[in-house]
Amino acid sequence: MIPQIENVRTISRLRNTPGSLSMADFLQRIAERGDVEAFRKLFQSYAPRVKSYMMRQGADANTAEELAQETMMAVWRKAGLYSVEKGSATTWIYTIARNLRIDRLRRELTWVALPEGHDQVASTDALPDDLLTEQERKLRVQTALAGLPQDQLEVVSLSYIEGLSHSEIAERLGLPLGTVKSRMRLAYQKIRDLVEDLK
Amino acid sequence: MTTKITHHPHAESLMSCSAGSMPEAFAAVMASHITMCPQCRKDLALMEKIGVAMFEQLEQTSVLQDAPVMHMRAAEADHGAIAVDAAVVQGGVPAPLQPVVGPDLTAIKWKRVGPGVAQHIIALNDDRANLRLVKVAPGQALPEHSHNGSELTLVLQGSYRDETGEYRTGDLADMMGDATHSPVADAVDGCICLIATEGKLKFKSLLARFVQPFAGI
Ligand SMILES: [Zn+2]
Repeated sequence: MIPQIENVRTISRLRNTPGSLSMADFLQRIAERGDVEAFRKLFQSYAPRVKSYMMRQGADANTAEELAQETMMAVWRKAGLYSVEKGSATTWIYTIARNLRIDRLRRELTWVALPEGHDQVASTDALPDDLLTEQERKLRVQTALAGLPQDQLEVVSLSYIEGLSHSEIAERLGLPLGTVKSRMRLAYQKIRDLVEDLK
Repeated sequence: MTTKITHHPHAESLMSCSAGSMPEAFAAVMASHITMCPQCRKDLALMEKIGVAMFEQLEQTSVLQDAPVMHMRAAEADHGAIAVDAAVVQGGVPAPLQPVVGPDLTAIKWKRVGPGVAQHIIALNDDRANLRLVKVAPGQALPEHSHNGSELTLVLQGSYRDETGEYRTGDLADMMGDATHSPVADAVDGCICLIATEGKLKFKSLLARFVQPFAGI
């Protein structure tokens, strides 16, 4: 598997071409000097996707717009808490959006808050080079998702993107609860097998 | 508490948890287990990447308003705030649970529901599933029962044993559907568990059986 890993590494290096600022750099600029232009760039890159996410999670267009704005405001406020050890800018912004939607759309306590530092495993073992590993990991997950059978991808998507519980997915698809669970589990096994090659 | 955790939630439960898609009662049990379990925290970190990957592939919906620059200038950034490490279990209550039940298991107000069995219901906004603490007296057996929806049981104190093994502090039983089991609480310590169950009817029928006198042990 080594040649393949090298390959992925090369690709992710190419993506971070010197001279062009990464999203993580923009976050750092916001944190260090409240750089409004950096924020504008982040906003343009992420707000439309956060809005889609909120709509897929069941928010109407207006609410989704508000939640996207609110997510980005949280990014502005919390930029000082971001560090590369917490993962990519996308990971960090996604988790802020996810927590916000549990809080606002469902009006529940966010029992398992993902982002702002829960990634302890990664952060304590993190070496400077681990940002690449994070990129690689993400590419692997994307590859694995693309290779999933349609019926497995469907339940994973309903869970992550539409925010449905297992029972709600079972109801939506007219499947036994056990089938939904086993499809999710099979999907995870495939993703994990692909990603664990990297460790 | 240095007990070794041997029973973990299934992968699909952790996935649902990382997606933020569980009924609240389930999320509460998962959160409590996760604070005690480094292994599940690690799995969760990978599962989070699934969400990120799917998020990244979403279509974009145009945003009506531009970046709220005026507000931003006024906004105070939380520079240097400290992330709180939630991995604390005090008085037998995992940190995520403390806001809703307090910091001390011995201070819980129990309501007896059957011989050797008492419970404390935790009210939540999300009514898709129920959350309760259940206290079972030493050596007490529960009647064999099954679960129609999903059920998560986390041991907070003591232990119990059923057909699938022994569950000690920090262990989580992730049960579903036709699974049938007859748990027996530890003969010396009994047990206190945090239980999330889907569906109100199922709970009532289970309670009805609690109320019946138990045979044996
Ligand atoms: Zn675990």
